[in-house]
Amino acid sequence: MYAIQTESLTKYYGKSRGIVDIHLQVEEGDFFGFIGPNGAGKSTAIRTMLGLIAPTSGKVEILGKDICSQKEAILSDIGYMPSEAAFYPHLRVREVIKLSAGLRHKDCTDEAALLCDRLALDREKRIRELSLGNRKKVSIVCALQHKPKLFVMDEPTNGLDPLMQREFFTLLEERNKEGATIFLSSHMLSEVQRHCRHAAIIREGRLMLSDAMENLGQTDAKRVTLRGTSTPPALDNIRDLTITGDTVSFLYQGDRTELLNALAATPLSDVNITDPDLEEIFMHYYDDKIPSPDTQL
Amino acid sequence: MTIFKHELRQGWTMLFIWSGIIAFMLGICIGIYPEMTDQMEDISMMFADMGGFSAAFGMDRINFGEFTGFFSVECGNILGLGGAFFAALTGISALAKEEREHTAEFLLTHPVSRSAIVSQKLLAIETQIIILNGVSIAITALSVLAIKETPDTQSLTLLFLSYFILQTEIAAICFGVSAFLHSSGLGIGLGIAALFYFLNIIANLSENAAFLKYITPFGYTEGADIFANGCIEGRYLFPGLVLGILGIAAAFYQYGKKDIL
Repeated sequence: MYAIQTESLTKYYGKSRGIVDIHLQVEEGDFFGFIGPNGAGKSTAIRTMLGLIAPTSGKVEILGKDICSQKEAILSDIGYMPSEAAFYPHLRVREVIKLSAGLRHKDCTDEAALLCDRLALDREKRIRELSLGNRKKVSIVCALQHKPKLFVMDEPTNGLDPLMQREFFTLLEERNKEGATIFLSSHMLSEVQRHCRHAAIIREGRLMLSDAMENLGQTDAKRVTLRGTSTPPALDNIRDLTITGDTVSFLYQGDRTELLNALAATPLSDVNITDPDLEEIFMHYYDDKIPSPDTQL
Repeated sequence: MTIFKHELRQGWTMLFIWSGIIAFMLGICIGIYPEMTDQMEDISMMFADMGGFSAAFGMDRINFGEFTGFFSVECGNILGLGGAFFAALTGISALAKEEREHTAEFLLTHPVSRSAIVSQKLLAIETQIIILNGVSIAITALSVLAIKETPDTQSLTLLFLSYFILQTEIAAICFGVSAFLHSSGLGIGLGIAALFYFLNIIANLSENAAFLKYITPFGYTEGADIFANGCIEGRYLFPGLVLGILGIAAAFYQYGKKDIL
């Protein structure tokens, strides 16, 4: 049985495209990343899986049940973390957590207390007093406290500081080891590469790829930005080169030592080497390997 | 009943304020009645001479010399308009506020059916209307005791009942509209309540516009008709009940299939 299985899942908002013909399969017990740039259709796909929006056509089965006919049964086994952590502003953190447990007819007091301690979340504060990061923590507690079989997380780390991101992934990995399936969407390729075993890439509403991480994770390109020079270093494997005044920026995909040696020989005032964001990879790397969305896969 | 309790908690402040203001104004209004009784005959005659203005508020057919007559116009406007605005605001915000504040996503990803959410929200609205009316009736009773009046309780009961039905109808219509909204509809709610109020005034002013009484719930809350007939006018009440039921049916239907964006 698959934790998530969609067949020809399509959603149009009037004439505008949401998602088109998505066939997705997520095994039970998997740690699955769902990646794509903003506006690609990640949230639409997730909302369709949760029954928040009705598909135009196609089918969604979660944990072997149909989302249209058995929505409540499915939702009781899901822990969902929305991208916007919005709660009733005047309620206290503990009241929101209790409300969430109450809506599930469960007493999750002990687990909630444990999670709040691990995430350093003050339960007495009112939601309107919280930063985005702290609201995200409330969202994590609400998604985890009832120990669901499937976690669906939409851009979960957005707004969390690096320490909390680490704690969050530790929590998810613990749950995953206990048998739960994790499905998370992100536009941060690095976090998906680090934690997920499988991933799917969505672009312009269509599923481009769905494969094991090691097959997808060969995107070892780096975005290199140099200041204080207008000449790019003499290296092969340079793409997307832009020179603006005394700033040179390019994507580099090749041996790291060669890059560092080349940079050492270049007079610079500053250097910045980062992971390229996903849109860049789509545009400059995946484009070579993946047919455009208009082409039949 | 988690959502029902949650709704009551959320609406508590607004209910407290509206009930307090309406009850306070009812108390004041009833309190000044003894001072006015001596001048009532003059006032009645004055209103009778004011033609259209008196007719607009149904004051041409009311005996101001009696407490019930005074109450139906003075206090009726407070409870009628105040209650209608409260009902409209509560009804219109019930479903739409979840989307405006992005809490619909939180609520609807819990194992609760949409029809259960609609039912419990509806029940919470009706409970708030009952509390508002209960407070109004209690303050009226206390104020009446305080001024040592012995009003015709049957007429007053019918009047209160008609306002309760009016508030329920307006809340139900606004609740139905609320299911179609994605953002705040407070303006729409207030607009619906005000529209109904003015439709009744127009209906009172012109024979040609009398048919409007079949549309506006203020048509069946007219004190003069209730006291004269000893009942709420069925021909005006029935279309109101149908509108209310349509509002509730629309809410169940639309919210059941609505995309939460």
